[in-house]
Amino acid sequence: MSRFIFSFGIFFLIWLGFTSSFHYQEVIVGAFLSLILAFLSYKSFTERGLFYLNPKRLFYIIKYLAVFTIALVKANFDVARRVINPKLPINPGIVTYHTSLKSDTAKMFLANSITLTPGTLTVDVIDDKLYIHWIDVISEDPETIYNEIGKDFEEILKEIFR
Amino acid sequence: MIYIYAAFIILAVFFAVLRGLLGPTTSDRVVALDNLTTISTAGLVLLGFVFQRFIYIDVSLIYGVLSFVGVLTIARYLEGGL
Amino acid sequence: MILNILGNVLITIGVIFLFLGALGIFRMPDVYSRMQAGTKATTLGALSTVIGVGILQPEWFWKTLLIAIFIAISNPISSHALARGSHKIGIKPFMKKEGLDSYENVSIEEEK
Repeated sequence: MSRFIFSFGIFFLIWLGFTSSFHYQEVIVGAFLSLILAFLSYKSFTERGLFYLNPKRLFYIIKYLAVFTIALVKANFDVARRVINPKLPINPGIVTYHTSLKSDTAKMFLANSITLTPGTLTVDVIDDKLYIHWIDVISEDPETIYNEIGKDFEEILKEIFR
Repeated sequence: MIYIYAAFIILAVFFAVLRGLLGPTTSDRVVALDNLTTISTAGLVLLGFVFQRFIYIDVSLIYGVLSFVGVLTIARYLEGGL
Repeated sequence: MILNILGNVLITIGVIFLFLGALGIFRMPDVYSRMQAGTKATTLGALSTVIGVGILQPEWFWKTLLIAIFIAISNPISSHALARGSHKIGIKPFMKKEGLDSYENVSIEEEK
């Protein structure tokens, strides 16, 4: 039941964004369509439902968004520095990153965040290993790789998906 | 201001198209195409603001969705598992 | 007035990063490095441009926010799929030092 309500809420919010008007006819049609869509698809789209609506998790989600935005801006200045420099200072290679996250959704968020953080791009995810293309390989030691690439994100994601 | 924005977007499109023409492998061309679609999504929103037409925003949203699906399809095709 | 300046600054940052991303895919030596420059710079560029327009036109804000969220989710996914596909068809990454490709053996083992 909680999964159903969660899907309904998400669909309804997307509808309100699409139409961007709060006229009562639009809202009624939107609610009706969201009910049908949520009934058809809640089994395949969500795993936990209202699980995320808990003050502690919401706090960590906001913290995650803040950390992510800062990392995104840093990544862009990093790319700009490398592209503008006439000597093109890069030393690329593919390294293995071991994660301790269990759920698939958490791994997806981790992989996407790693793609958008400075100098890294996820190539593939197999079980608990992420293969990462790193534009400036500092070392091949697993500890250093973990600390440099995904430590911040992984600690917050562990709290959210506990 | 609008002319400065237009100049940057035209330069961006120029370099991306150049990579698409030169690209030694198919993947290079697809990467250039992927970037072009993102640039045009942003460009359409900007165009809508310049012309004060709300309809451009809808066009850009649908364009973004379709280009995402298209690039995913090409990637699957490259892998050989369509 | 302040909103006006903020919107214009965001759009300026956005178009500059869109340009830098395109310059990046033109200058980098191989597919994977091109993807790095392309994905990051164009994602922030498009996000910043779209939200800047949303701030200049407050009645469009919700829809531009929706476009921004969609770009932020879909861009990394498509670049990840492209990187995986290129590695599967055998494009070697450019390396200054040999033996840094730890994914190479994995994709050969999977085919057997």
